Amino acid sequence: MKKLSLLLVALVSSVVIGSSAFAAGGHGAAVDKVHMNMSDKASLQSGAKIFVNYCLSCHSAQYSRYNRVAKDLEIPLWQLKENLMFTTEKEGDLMKTTMPEEDAKAWFGVAPPDLSLVARVRSPDWIYTYLRAFYIDESSPSGWNNSLFENVAMPHAMYELQGVQKVVGKVDSDSHGAIDTHASNDAVGDALGDHKVVGDTIFELSHPGKLTPAEFDKSMADLTAFLSYMAEPVQLQRKTIGVYTIAFLIILLLLCMILKKEYWRDVH
Amino acid sequence: MAIHRHDNHKSANAVMEWVDKRFPATKVWNEHLAEYMAAKNFNFWYFFGSLAILMLVLQLATGIFLTMHYKPDAQLAFASVEYIMRDVPFGWLVRYLHATGASMFFVVVYLHMFRGVIYGSHREPRELVWLIGCVIFVALMAEAFMGYLLPWGNMSYWGAQVILSLFDVIPYVGPALTEWIRGDFVISDATLNRFFAFHVILLPLILVALVFLHLVALHQVGSNNPDGIDIYDHVDEDGKPLDGIAFFPYMVIKDLIGVAGFLIIYLGIVFFWPDGGGVLLEKDNFAPANPLQTPPDIVPLWYFTPFYSILRASTTSLLFALEIITGLIVLWLWIRAKVSIKVKIGFTLLAIGVFFGLQFGSGKAWGVILMAAAIVCFFLLPWLDRSPVYSIRYRSLPFKIALVLFLVAFVTLGYLGMNAPTPGKTLLAQICTVVYFAFFALMPWFTSIGKTKPEPSRVVYEAH
Repeated sequence: MKKLSLLLVALVSSVVIGSSAFAAGGHGAAVDKVHMNMSDKASLQSGAKIFVNYCLSCHSAQYSRYNRVAKDLEIPLWQLKENLMFTTEKEGDLMKTTMPEEDAKAWFGVAPPDLSLVARVRSPDWIYTYLRAFYIDESSPSGWNNSLFENVAMPHAMYELQGVQKVVGKVDSDSHGAIDTHASNDAVGDALGDHKVVGDTIFELSHPGKLTPAEFDKSMADLTAFLSYMAEPVQLQRKTIGVYTIAFLIILLLLCMILKKEYWRDVH
Repeated sequence: MAIHRHDNHKSANAVMEWVDKRFPATKVWNEHLAEYMAAKNFNFWYFFGSLAILMLVLQLATGIFLTMHYKPDAQLAFASVEYIMRDVPFGWLVRYLHATGASMFFVVVYLHMFRGVIYGSHREPRELVWLIGCVIFVALMAEAFMGYLLPWGNMSYWGAQVILSLFDVIPYVGPALTEWIRGDFVISDATLNRFFAFHVILLPLILVALVFLHLVALHQVGSNNPDGIDIYDHVDEDGKPLDGIAFFPYMVIKDLIGVAGFLIIYLGIVFFWPDGGGVLLEKDNFAPANPLQTPPDIVPLWYFTPFYSILRASTTSLLFALEIITGLIVLWLWIRAKVSIKVKIGFTLLAIGVFFGLQFGSGKAWGVILMAAAIVCFFLLPWLDRSPVYSIRYRSLPFKIALVLFLVAFVTLGYLGMNAPTPGKTLLAQICTVVYFAFFALMPWFTSIGKTKPEPSRVVYEAH
């Protein structure tokens, strides 16, 4: 019987690990691992700033409210109104875009998707890679293309920050799933010189932007962190409440065990 | 002080007397709790019955609060779930409890069923307890399936589309029936509204009623135990079983340990891993339903995947293999089996019918039939199991081997159902499908061979 229980546990846990690894890895597209700290308020604030300046003009975040973002990210209300609120006057409003959907369809072919939940639809690693994988492509209608999302309708919204990238080649690698950027850059970086690896593609910076490549990567990690926060605002409190709850339950379990022992003392 | 307490006691008694004359409160309490005797050697596996009731109550409670904020409207449903997640105070907690709760309910129910199989709880005289339990399982699957449409995410939408389209394969009436169930030509607002009605009213009522019947039937025949023997074989002068112990307070307090331990796992997932790596909350379901955009892999939630795998495994080559297996069984019946000529002829005619049926039906139609049959098999278990002993502790080796093979096949089918099919995976699913059905089909045979161990006359129990 013990053997059967062990077998059951072994079977189920291997399936759980196997399938969650599969779900997390997606469909084997090479993505870079993002290094983000969800409790770093400065990083989240920087991400929020990039989001309202570069994303919100086309994309909405229609389930997210300005004042909730301010509260969670510890941004004073006056600062919120001055630096972050461009689409509305009311701080309790949802973060909607000012671009009408019909115009968006006419300009890009598709309406830009709402970004409230994008970090849960894709994954933070995917977003971090996608944001850094735009390159110049004369054959595309917008003049831009993306090595992670080929022929995406979105132009490079942040080229003034990053500069202009050209594709040099593909990384010849059999490895799937997330690649640690630091590791891969260190290893491949020396040999590549000024070249940069994003996902499975090697890029060359043909025109520098306002930010250095390292600064741009940090900004995109901040933006990814903000998008992850926005996909589930409560995640900042959820785990804290969880720790107290589990601690309480462990005490409850011990008390129940003592109570059972006491009641069952006379059972022979 | 003492006099005071005595007075209170007396007045409480008077109230109970008044009630008992009009309603059998004390009688029910005694019969079903204070004097309901269960074997004192209940182990870990016996937690899952009470945990299933806990999950039912929790799902009802969280469901009521979700209904207060949810909008069953194709235009509003998805946004209303996000409203619950973001703007309703502790709405996120209620929603995660409900969504994870559905999965935990199935974990508990699967383990509860497994307990029944290993200790022979489905055997005489508990066949009706088992049958009602099987109906609960089917009702729970319907409840979960309809509930999964409500968030109106893209996987909700396409999952419902795929499963409902299965009714299309029913000859003649299929397409009309599917349209009638959906209320439209595709999954739409009409479907969402009726699924909401079924999910929050009809099926919860059915479930509560069935659970009540399950308990009434159980208390009529008494609980089984890990030794699979009758504790009423040895009773004291009052007719109480020597190895029995009152459900209240002893079993209730023991079950509290199970509850606390279970809540640690359940709430651990809710607070630290609510999407379960994309298995409990699927990535595609964070995008609103889009009839124009099919997700790359449409997969049902994990608790349906063993059956979904069987559905997908049904291809022409599987049907061909099944025909060969049917032929071999008939051949074996005529050559080796010691059964009457009537049984042989009956089985042969049945086999010929199956053979031609397999020739004419499409792979998809047979897939639906096999999937339904996979669930029906559970209903037949009390009559397929012929072993002279009930508990796995005393069962023969062939049964243990068959059970392990079934377990491996079931879990493998579940895993395969979560992944996109490849030729290799489809073949594996087909092998597991054959093992799955062979477990039930051959059960009368492998439970009647091999050497069983002698059952003890009293339950095995060591006081702790």
